[in-house]
Amino acid sequence: MRALRDALVVAALAVYAAPVAWQALTSLTPEAELLALGRAWPSRLTLEHYRAVLGESPLPRALVNSAGIAAATTLLATVLGALGGYALGRLRVPGRPALMLGIVMSTAFPAVATVAPLYLLVRALGLRDTWWAVILADTSFALPLMLWLVAGFMRELPRELEEAAFVDGAGRLGALRHVVLPAAAPGVAAGAVVTFLFAWNEFLFAYTFTATEASRTVPVALALFPGVFEVPWGDIAAAALLASAPPVLIVVFLQRHLVRGLLSGALKE
Amino acid sequence: MSGDRPLAVALLAPALVALGAVTAYPVARVLALSLERRVPVFGIADFVGLANYRFLAGDPAFWNAVRVTLAFTVVSVALEVVLGVLVALALRRQQRFRAASLALLLLPWCLPAVVTARTWEWLYHPTAGLVSRLASPLSGPANWLGDPSTALGALVVADVWRTMPFLALLAFARLGTIPASVYEAAAVDGAGRVATFRAITLPLLAPVLLVATLFRTLDALRAFDLMFVLTGGGPAGTTETLTILAYRNLFQTLQLGVGAAVAVVLFAVVVGVAWAYLRAIDAGEAAR
Repeated sequence: MRALRDALVVAALAVYAAPVAWQALTSLTPEAELLALGRAWPSRLTLEHYRAVLGESPLPRALVNSAGIAAATTLLATVLGALGGYALGRLRVPGRPALMLGIVMSTAFPAVATVAPLYLLVRALGLRDTWWAVILADTSFALPLMLWLVAGFMRELPRELEEAAFVDGAGRLGALRHVVLPAAAPGVAAGAVVTFLFAWNEFLFAYTFTATEASRTVPVALALFPGVFEVPWGDIAAAALLASAPPVLIVVFLQRHLVRGLLSGALKE
Repeated sequence: MSGDRPLAVALLAPALVALGAVTAYPVARVLALSLERRVPVFGIADFVGLANYRFLAGDPAFWNAVRVTLAFTVVSVALEVVLGVLVALALRRQQRFRAASLALLLLPWCLPAVVTARTWEWLYHPTAGLVSRLASPLSGPANWLGDPSTALGALVVADVWRTMPFLALLAFARLGTIPASVYEAAAVDGAGRVATFRAITLPLLAPVLLVATLFRTLDALRAFDLMFVLTGGGPAGTTETLTILAYRNLFQTLQLGVGAAVAVVLFAVVVGVAWAYLRAIDAGEAAR
């Protein structure tokens, strides 16, 4: 029974490890051997695909664009979300239940429903093919979850926390900065990480609002990866691994905090 | 504390302005667009009332997209929930490999969907892909993404691979909060495994599963990246969901009015599903 279960778990692990391992092996296989059926293992491992992708492809520029867009989106959404979430979580806001419902509902909006009007707006404002077009769309798309997470987290903090600060002569904003925000940091940080991952991975807005390498993000560059006569599977594999590195590293390093911060909201009854 | 009100408004205003400009306004605008005949290349922009919706009602491509969207959503989400619960149960009982399993499960969750799409595109390569290499002794050579009979199934497999971990991790976390004493009591009463699962585990898991299923259903209805990159809606429209049909009309054939109408239909479906789930969750809570 136990052996059977172990075998099943190993099989399940293989299903999850194999596609990634296969992609990694592909990225190290010489071009000529990629489509050869006889061999299971390449005759030698090579870095030629990484050299090609980092040297003469749109990917390096796309990595810079993605880093800038994701960082700016995270910063904007975190500031707006922390301030708004504080108001929703700890202050008396007129029409709060309706607002919270609207915020939850707006997380359900399909991006494809808003992308066409946004495209017209972006073009009218002269923002087409700029970072700002993608940043603004991504920020407002990430904002509802951020507001909801922060508001929920701040509601849980004890009242006495701020009252002690008031006694010490701090105003509302002083208490927010020195007492409430530090106490709510795990929730805000979890929201910031999720926002960064979302902005790094987002495809529809970035694909629609950008037109050239000047502002294309990593997912767009990967989707449009150039091939002259045939699909460059090895280069694509190398590019896919490089594109995955930032989100994977973030999750590896922050795994414990991230899971705790997110689940504490999800598992509350 | 009524003096807080101006402060609350001031703190909330920037977020609400951003949401209003980049979410609420486009939603209103897309509704208006769907009532127009608008073909920018010919400079056409006329108000036509519900003509776009009447056109869709008689358009086979639209009904095909509805069928594809429903099939993709129902099959993917059902597989994800069942497999996710099984994986969570297995992980709970498993001591070995648990840390490695959890780390591996987080991996597809954080990968960009486009990366997943291009990875599976290569896995499905008709001759050299890993899937083809493993399956060809049984299936013979198969063009998984190019054959109308297998393309949607191939998409579902890639989507389940990508999103099942989210459900498994949520269910796993919930199982961890069930006290062991509950199971000990059940064992004392002589309850078997299946009976314990049905009487204890499943009811305790249900609220989390319902919420997770809601999120997954909404995501599946709105899915775009995977099919756009993997199949582009082909072959022969067998993977053309409402999102792909809307995007094709909006940005490729440039029939903004028709595309907007498709987007509005999808929007209505999403809101309807969310509302139905929230009702079900409320009813479940009232019954307890």
